[in-house]
Amino acid sequence: MAIEPRQPPSQLLPRLQRALGGRAGWSGFVVQLLFAAALAWIAYEIVANARANLQAQRITAGFGFMVNTAGFDVSQNLIPYTGSDSYTRVFLVGLLNTLLVSVIGIFFATLIGFTVALGRLSPNWLLARIAGGYVELVRNLPPLFQILFWYLAVLAVLPNPRQSISIFDSFFLSNRGLVIPKPIGSPGFEPFMIALLVGIVAAIVLWRYARRQLFESGKVIKVWPYALGMLVGLPLLSAMIFGAPVTFEVPVLKGFNFAGGSRVIPEFVALTLALSTYTAAFIAEIVRAGILSVNKGQMEAGSSLGLQRGSVLRLIVIPQAMRVILPPLTNQYLNLTKNSSLAVAIGYPDLVSVFAGTTLSQTGQAIEIIGITMGVYLLISLVTSAIMSFYGWRLGRSLGNS
Amino acid sequence: MKCVSLVLTLAVAAGLSAQVASAQTLKTVKDRGMLSCGVGPGLPGFSSPDDKGNWTGLDVDVCRGIAAAIFNDPTKVKFVPLSAKDRFTALQSGEIDLLSRNTTWTLSRDTSLGANFTGVTYYDGQGFIVKKSLKVNSALELNSASVCVQTGTTTEQNLADYFKGNNMKYEVIAFGTADEAVKAYESGRCDVFTTDVSGLYAERLKLANPADHAVLPEVISKEPLGPMVRHGDDQWFDIVKWTLFAMVNAEELGITQKNADEMAKSDKPEMKRAVGTDGNFGEQLGLTKDWLLRIVKAVGNYGESFDRNVGAGSKLNISRGLNNLWNKGGIQFAPPIR
Repeated sequence: MAIEPRQPPSQLLPRLQRALGGRAGWSGFVVQLLFAAALAWIAYEIVANARANLQAQRITAGFGFMVNTAGFDVSQNLIPYTGSDSYTRVFLVGLLNTLLVSVIGIFFATLIGFTVALGRLSPNWLLARIAGGYVELVRNLPPLFQILFWYLAVLAVLPNPRQSISIFDSFFLSNRGLVIPKPIGSPGFEPFMIALLVGIVAAIVLWRYARRQLFESGKVIKVWPYALGMLVGLPLLSAMIFGAPVTFEVPVLKGFNFAGGSRVIPEFVALTLALSTYTAAFIAEIVRAGILSVNKGQMEAGSSLGLQRGSVLRLIVIPQAMRVILPPLTNQYLNLTKNSSLAVAIGYPDLVSVFAGTTLSQTGQAIEIIGITMGVYLLISLVTSAIMSFYGWRLGRSLGNS
Repeated sequence: MKCVSLVLTLAVAAGLSAQVASAQTLKTVKDRGMLSCGVGPGLPGFSSPDDKGNWTGLDVDVCRGIAAAIFNDPTKVKFVPLSAKDRFTALQSGEIDLLSRNTTWTLSRDTSLGANFTGVTYYDGQGFIVKKSLKVNSALELNSASVCVQTGTTTEQNLADYFKGNNMKYEVIAFGTADEAVKAYESGRCDVFTTDVSGLYAERLKLANPADHAVLPEVISKEPLGPMVRHGDDQWFDIVKWTLFAMVNAEELGITQKNADEMAKSDKPEMKRAVGTDGNFGEQLGLTKDWLLRIVKAVGNYGESFDRNVGAGSKLNISRGLNNLWNKGGIQFAPPIR
């Protein structure tokens, strides 16, 4: 006679209880429910009241204004825009300008930050002192001040367009920004791009092959001459056969400004420089702390394997330091994005300037516009955090402790 | 800047949800013992503080006139300096009792902001200022120019209309405040700075070498500037409206800051109605019988205020032009007190 295994008492109900109400069980759940209901009620009251009162005071409300004609121009637009477009278009123009300055700022801030951190840790006395001085100077000055410094003290002293500094008569630097020849696609463009793509793929395949050879048989193959040959040679060959991929529209001085060519406006340059150097100072300290947090033994172990200092840092120390660096680094990225809203002080047309500024005062719909703007910044920040978390998760997995 | 608008917006949301559109501005002001007046942050001639923090200007005089009419004391005003972009939000949120900040009267501002314009303190139009060294004599020669402008103004839209209408290209660089825009213009970032003509004269004073800059002859828009009050309080609307009318009527009748007491004894019928020895016009407004005298004694009549702040008696030295009285070739015209 088989012995019936005793059924363990069902865990379902207590588990549910705990999940919903924490330690207090069902009563905790009721309290939470009441709390959530109260919050919802308050939110509803605020919205309903604001609506009623806006109506009573005959202040226009709602999002209908988004399709109205904006009627003003913007100095930098990544998508085609004229004054006869709608406020929705203005919103997109501003958003893209904010994203552009944030992405490029983050890139340079990271680059400068890592360089300065490594400099500060370097055994070279002078280099370490310079890096230290940079950090202390830059991180202790307010960012708005630094933006104004770059804009009014550095870039504004450049000559006017008629006396601009010209490089090969095709690049012109003046207080209106940097004007560069604008590439225009010609018939040779497609073959050129295909050749370039083939070159890149071939280089990657070659590099992976060399790596496998290294791991399997310890054979070191010098890859870079071949890779470079393919990256440069193939497109060059295509250009020789099919003709130049692009022709350049060279800017010419016409009236007050340059006509033709592409232009990088000084507001963008000042803002990017200020934000990236400012944030870089903080990133440098974060990276330094991260590297110092890695056990000294790791460095010594690497050296004893015969690796050079650079390789030890790149292959052993930094991957481990990244776990410490990543969360505060994400904070800095978010700060940089948010600080970009200081742009209005120097007339860079970011989201806050053209949308929460001009659009707001033209339409007077403060609640809607500030609401949208806050939502957008929240979204940008959440996406940035998500990307960094994903990177952190992958890093954790590759270090074997996911 | 962002913080200010954010705070103000939250204040609007909170204020609107708490208060039921109160129609008691006069009572609120009296209880507070102080008028709260939104003005420009520093535009010579219209509203600017001196080194001791005393505000002067044409827009400021409107605030002082109202304070004088209510309290018989033109100093009982709290001036709230506002950027172009924050001004309407401050009015909507109830932070200020009126906005007297060289604001252009337009249809959409009159209808969609929950506020009304009460009159025109200054008839203006938009113009351009350039460096004389550029040798530009007309705004039509500005093709491909870079233009500095203050954001949040009708100026930006007029600019777009004008260049589009004349088939000219331009680059606009919009700054948060007029000061920043002028600084960028002075540093050479822009060829032109544009705002209302009166503003051009005022800003020119702040430049290092005012004589090196010329205001171009073209006036590209109509900019009637005036005070604004919130919707829903007709008594307050009347008080602000009639303070300006009182100043204009006083000029027309020849009542000045100096001769006000003398005029109070006059027995001409229209004069008696104005100074309050006949009828109860001030009381109909919710003020006192001698309301007009109080205003004129505090800030003078319209002509005196104009001369002192922006006209011949000031550094700006702007001619009366459109702002002269209707019977002297201008269009300043006030309904009669009767």
